[in-house]
Amino acid sequence: MTFRVVADRDICQGHQMCQAEAPDVFGFDEDEDLVVVLTEHPSDDLRPQVTDAVKYCPAMALSIIEEEA
Amino acid sequence: MTTTAEPTALADIPEVSVAVPDEDGHGHLAEMRTDPVALLERVHAECGEIGRFRIADKEVVMVTGAEVNEQFFKAPDSTLDQAAAYPFMTPIFGKGVVFDASPEERQQALKNQALRGDQMRGHATTIENEINRMVADWGDEGEIDLLDFFAELTIYNTAACLVGLPFREEIDARFAEAYHGLERGTDALAYVDPYMEGVESFEIRDRSRETLVALVQDIIDRRRARGKVAREERDLLDVLISLDMSADYITGVFISMLFAGHHTSSGTSAWTLIELMRHPDAMTQVVAELDELYADGSEISFRSLRSIPRLESVIKETLRLHPPLIILMRQVAEEIELAGHVIPPGTIVASSPRVSNRIAADFPDPEAFDPSRYLDERQEDLQNRWTWIPFGAGKHRCVGNAFAMMQIKAIFSVLLRDFEFELVQPSESYRDDYSKMVIQLQRPCRARYRRRQQVATEDAR
Repeated sequence: MTFRVVADRDICQGHQMCQAEAPDVFGFDEDEDLVVVLTEHPSDDLRPQVTDAVKYCPAMALSIIEEEA
Repeated sequence: MTTTAEPTALADIPEVSVAVPDEDGHGHLAEMRTDPVALLERVHAECGEIGRFRIADKEVVMVTGAEVNEQFFKAPDSTLDQAAAYPFMTPIFGKGVVFDASPEERQQALKNQALRGDQMRGHATTIENEINRMVADWGDEGEIDLLDFFAELTIYNTAACLVGLPFREEIDARFAEAYHGLERGTDALAYVDPYMEGVESFEIRDRSRETLVALVQDIIDRRRARGKVAREERDLLDVLISLDMSADYITGVFISMLFAGHHTSSGTSAWTLIELMRHPDAMTQVVAELDELYADGSEISFRSLRSIPRLESVIKETLRLHPPLIILMRQVAEEIELAGHVIPPGTIVASSPRVSNRIAADFPDPEAFDPSRYLDERQEDLQNRWTWIPFGAGKHRCVGNAFAMMQIKAIFSVLLRDFEFELVQPSESYRDDYSKMVIQLQRPCRARYRRRQQVATEDAR
């Protein structure tokens, strides 16, 4: 199983919490004030970080989608 | 399915039955003012995903369920307008003070202001200090009124974090009490006329606002007499004074800044404690979790910003069962289609956290208090983003929710470290007073505390 990271930029509020949780996966567009997914398919060792980013996103804008390898 | 049929008109949306006789011609207003939960539950039970009721001359269309909720929460401000749907707030904020900023302005404010992620550490320290002050004179045992205690604590927390520490030091219980009077003025009668004569709660509201303005005027006068202070000692009030704003306007700004974060955090803290006292197993687990996390001597300001899974689950489950706002509303500004019906401008559309949070298909055994819903394998909050909605959803989702969670985690880190709590009244006698749009605990709502014995590990050191 691999996983894909999805950010709903329509509901992102620009809290930037995800950058603190998983800095290799989430960036921030300063002009748009919105999250940027840096890597859509992070390696599995980043899964705990991404899981926390999803869980603690104050806008509930992030999700993980499981994919077949 | 509704999606394939031609959209139909407002009149085709089923209207809910009338349970409280409509003696004044205001439709369902009488029930809204006495038992709104029953009304909202009936709309869902009788009408399904879209139903209708009437408050004074406003048609209210209520939607339920993930699909329609998503449409509701994702609609742009140009289509669904928030401020116009809450006429009871205008006399509280004062004329000319905005209800809420646009999503773009909110985002900009977030970037610069007090709710920014990197400000949270300081806020956590501030809150830890405030809660320590509140319990400083508690002694070894006693009783508290949960409404008074948490309302006062959270007014200090929000004032200190959002306005500034100097301002916090200039207010006391009188400010908290007057603020409470404002919240009590949110009677749904405002849908008829927010300035209606002879309504006691409106009179209390207006007197309370005058009291707040007078208190703020005093503070302004003292700051003017004191003269300028160093930059690092200034807070938001100094900035507003330097802009030559009146005490009335400044008070309005503060009222609106504190409003969203006050009764919500106050009520949620009180209900978290009530649910913990009602469920000794959950209490034992949370206390053990906190004892373990803090055994290394870590600071509350550090820890409360990080994961405290069991406590977080208890808070989330409390929020699901007791959402501080039971109905979220917007006024239609541009025609919108919801669940196959075209809704014309001027209509109010609504979604109910109270009803959504208890949809049995999304939350099995919905009436049961079950914090294990949020464990990693279930995550019923993340699985149901459009129906687990104690903070709302979409662009207008509460921007303060991370602050609120941190605040409540800090509060319980202190309270449960130092004290044990138990119910004073029969469990089912703790309930909310729904007679106003701002819900508050109904009195009596008392709890007994007893200082904890020193834990064995400390003796062994």
